[in-house]
Amino acid sequence: MGIKVITEKCTGCELCIKSCPYGAIEVVEKIAVIGDNCNLCGACVEACPKGAILITREKSQRKIPEGYSGVWVFAEQWDGEVAPVVYELLGEGKKLADKLGAELSAVLLGETIEQSAHELISHGADTVYLVEGPALKDFNDDPYTQVLAELILEYKPEIVLCGATSVGRSFMPKVATRLKTGLTADCTGLEIEEKRKLLLQTRPAFGGNIMATIICPENRPQMATVRHKVMAQAKRDETHRGKIIRKNFDGKLTSRTKILKEVQEREETANLAEADIIVSGGRGLGEAKKFGLIREFARELGAAVGASRATVDAGWIPYSHQVGQTGKTVKPKIYIACGISGAIQHLIGMQSSDIIVAINKDPDAPIFKVATYGIVGDLFEVIPEFISRIQKGHL
Amino acid sequence: MDYFLTEEQKMVRELARRIAEEKVAPVAAELDEKEEFPWEIMKELAQADLFAVFLPEEYGGLGGKTFELCLVTEELSRICSGVAVSYAASALGSFPILLFGNETQRKEFLPKIASGEKLAAFGLTEANAGSDAAGIETTAVRKGDKYVINGTKQWITNGGEAEIYTVIAMTDKKRGNRGASAIIVEKGTPGFDFGKKEKKMGIRASATRELVFQDCEVPAENLLGKEGMGFIIAMRTFDASRPGIGAQAVGIAQGALDAAVDYARERVQFGQKISSFQAIQHMLADMATHVEAARALVYATARMIDSGAKDAAKESAMSKLFASDMCMRVTVDAVQIFGGYGYMKDYPVEKMMRDAKITQIYEGTNQIQRNIIALHLIKEAASKK
Amino acid sequence: MNIIVCIKQVPETAEIRIDEKTNTLVREGVPAIINPFDTYALEEGIRIREKCGGGVTVLTMGPPQAEQALREAIAMGVDSGVLLSDKAFAGSDTLATSYALSRAIRQMGRFDLVICGKQAIDGDTAQVGPGIAEMLGIPFIAYVRKIEEIREGYIRAERLMETGYQIIEMSLPSLITVVKEINEPRLPSLRGMLKAKKTNISVWDVEKLGGDTGRFGLDGSPTQVIRIFTPEPRKGGEILQGAVEEQVAALIERLKETKLV
Repeated sequence: MGIKVITEKCTGCELCIKSCPYGAIEVVEKIAVIGDNCNLCGACVEACPKGAILITREKSQRKIPEGYSGVWVFAEQWDGEVAPVVYELLGEGKKLADKLGAELSAVLLGETIEQSAHELISHGADTVYLVEGPALKDFNDDPYTQVLAELILEYKPEIVLCGATSVGRSFMPKVATRLKTGLTADCTGLEIEEKRKLLLQTRPAFGGNIMATIICPENRPQMATVRHKVMAQAKRDETHRGKIIRKNFDGKLTSRTKILKEVQEREETANLAEADIIVSGGRGLGEAKKFGLIREFARELGAAVGASRATVDAGWIPYSHQVGQTGKTVKPKIYIACGISGAIQHLIGMQSSDIIVAINKDPDAPIFKVATYGIVGDLFEVIPEFISRIQKGHL
Repeated sequence: MDYFLTEEQKMVRELARRIAEEKVAPVAAELDEKEEFPWEIMKELAQADLFAVFLPEEYGGLGGKTFELCLVTEELSRICSGVAVSYAASALGSFPILLFGNETQRKEFLPKIASGEKLAAFGLTEANAGSDAAGIETTAVRKGDKYVINGTKQWITNGGEAEIYTVIAMTDKKRGNRGASAIIVEKGTPGFDFGKKEKKMGIRASATRELVFQDCEVPAENLLGKEGMGFIIAMRTFDASRPGIGAQAVGIAQGALDAAVDYARERVQFGQKISSFQAIQHMLADMATHVEAARALVYATARMIDSGAKDAAKESAMSKLFASDMCMRVTVDAVQIFGGYGYMKDYPVEKMMRDAKITQIYEGTNQIQRNIIALHLIKEAASKK
Repeated sequence: MNIIVCIKQVPETAEIRIDEKTNTLVREGVPAIINPFDTYALEEGIRIREKCGGGVTVLTMGPPQAEQALREAIAMGVDSGVLLSDKAFAGSDTLATSYALSRAIRQMGRFDLVICGKQAIDGDTAQVGPGIAEMLGIPFIAYVRKIEEIREGYIRAERLMETGYQIIEMSLPSLITVVKEINEPRLPSLRGMLKAKKTNISVWDVEKLGGDTGRFGLDGSPTQVIRIFTPEPRKGGEILQGAVEEQVAALIERLKETKLV
């Protein structure tokens, strides 16, 4: 196992140095030398035009486990309502299943939620594994981990997908660890490799500065959490037929964590992650009370309210509104950035929006580099003008 | 320029810089606007052990001296000199106790200053006694085991916020300079009160108030040194603290220079960055040279004091005089480079220019500094004959 | 209370730039820092010690240079540090990393609470915390934004969710991952920095950890990165000209054309 430079092929061109995210490569006497910082990520292998860098593994003794087939989607639900990301996963899962010539299934856990199982079938699930019980009513790490892990061991799906939500990112790592298999977090692209029928999982890293494609070649199932609002939702088709397989875990479930209380906490009605339009305010507002203008603008547009880190840190608006690397990643149809300069940490959280509108008085603000439409001007003039036109019915 | 700081001194500078940039910079403009005392930042400085750097280890300090005080003051001043002076005034208030206190007094007060649990202040100036200390009208009359203090001190930095004050009062009016004494007074002592907070041109985050004494009784053991030593104590205290004012001036000027360089590299006029104009380049070059020269003088003086020099009054005066005059010029030039923007509160240089002015005035006006320097020159020449 | 905080040394992503000509990552001169989310974990660990007594140990896996991150943690007020460093750990994915860290924690003897940051800013996976909990067989709460109560054998905390929060209790020993809302990390103190300079950092290799050698590093990692590439940068669009009224009118026209509103 290790990384090696084929000295005859290396020309000392230094492209590998630039590609290395860990700063582990230097060129000594025109030959690349890989140092201790190397994390074997493979970026240099990809970057080398001469094919002079190789990562070798010991000949694996492991065989690919047999008998695994089918694509599973974990159907997260809240109060019996299936989370929107699940329908996106069913849409994407269907494509993967078709390529593999396999079935698409959903796993639904809750208290009394059979109705939702039918909804999953209408969205393309051929089978729904339904487990009901009071211990499963709300998300709780231990019973959810136990049920999903046991179902996987029993039915052996080839691929398991889950939304990269708080729920998915909390318990899926435990499931994968229990099954000693790989899990790729927060994917934005899924494909099937033709040759080995492997799942190609693409995800951003380094705050969105680079993309990595990851495989899980020798362990099953291949598991991924998938970012919300990246894939297209499955179309609803009431004629689609599927079966429901009920499993009973009564008396078998234990939990070491106890949920004492759930509190809903949102200042505005629209959820940032779900919103089609987001109006965000930044430092350019000048002070906390000027956020009122952003809220009014959002109300008029039926939009959710976002915010830059600077405004959250200044205490102008709660953290739940923060967009960016240390806040939420959003992908609305329209993102309107008001008085936000566009630091890279903010851009990471919103640059995959369909349309970005930037309003800022500094023409050199980096936000204009990603904006579909830019207005260089004073937001305290632009926004009121916009609002008055909406009220006159211009939009 | 490399000043060959020790590892520890580099740490002190790095930590002060981090606090300045991460904690002070986001609130500097607001503190200035609202004239708000920076208690949160004082707590940060205390937690980081920065009040310990100028005091000896046996009193809860870290063993540094004037030089370390200068490093912290300079770094804080680069971002906000109102914050810096609140910090440095506590050091000023600790010096009379450190230099002239007996063991009991030092053990009682210095660890609290070193930990940042309490701020200190120094009370000399009065309405009719600024640079002329002999004009002091506040009196301290010995009555049994107490002194009874009456009078009003004016423009005392950290007044009202500090807990530990060293006050210069007349114990024997007839003796003029030699009739002054230094007495420690704690906040909360009956008869000790504060006047209103002054509204200032600059260093507005710092608190400046009157200290008002009305039949204020303090224990006689709070006397520093002996009766009649007050004037000496004040002069020695200032000798030790003046490089701190120099460091404050260097810090403000460095901040203004940095801002001016950044701005010149961004601002475009006539299709070019203004940094490409020789007129701007020469201004920046002069500013940078003067800042560095002042820093070298301040550091050299601080090191001279720390090495135990008997009399550093002349050098101390020189560094305060040179650095503060330099600071005024550099900040005025920085505003000039910013043009109209520099006059607006949206940019930090107008604040720096306002903050600069006081460094030419307090702890002895620059005219007084010249007197001190000249006096020493003449004395030195006379003693050679 | 014995607390273990797991941290990671990461390149400061805010400093990473893309070379516009070659469309590759410019890594040169990017400083290595403690993963920002881990600083909240460190702060919380120190606060619990200040309240309940005990000690805080900081644990990381990485190249020899990662020792610097441990020293920074000690400068903040952590008591001691352990570095897992061995070529055998290179290429670890989240599963192999969780395995190595959990083996190390077992070696440390009795502990009450393990604290991790929510995720690291280089990988953004958020998988190592729950992975360690699973391998140690201890209960776990993700995304903790507040510890309401902690005492011998018991913790009650608030878990941040998309639309609010949950109040959850569990027994100790256990593991939590924390979000930035939980506290404001302190800066180092001078005494801490002086201590950090002198403290001996224990460096553990794969032998010290014991366990199944096939589960460390590249061999113990079910996932493989097969390709790394730079996404096409989003291009700037149209700057709308004219007076405010004209700009807004033009914007409304454009938005109408998209039929998204």
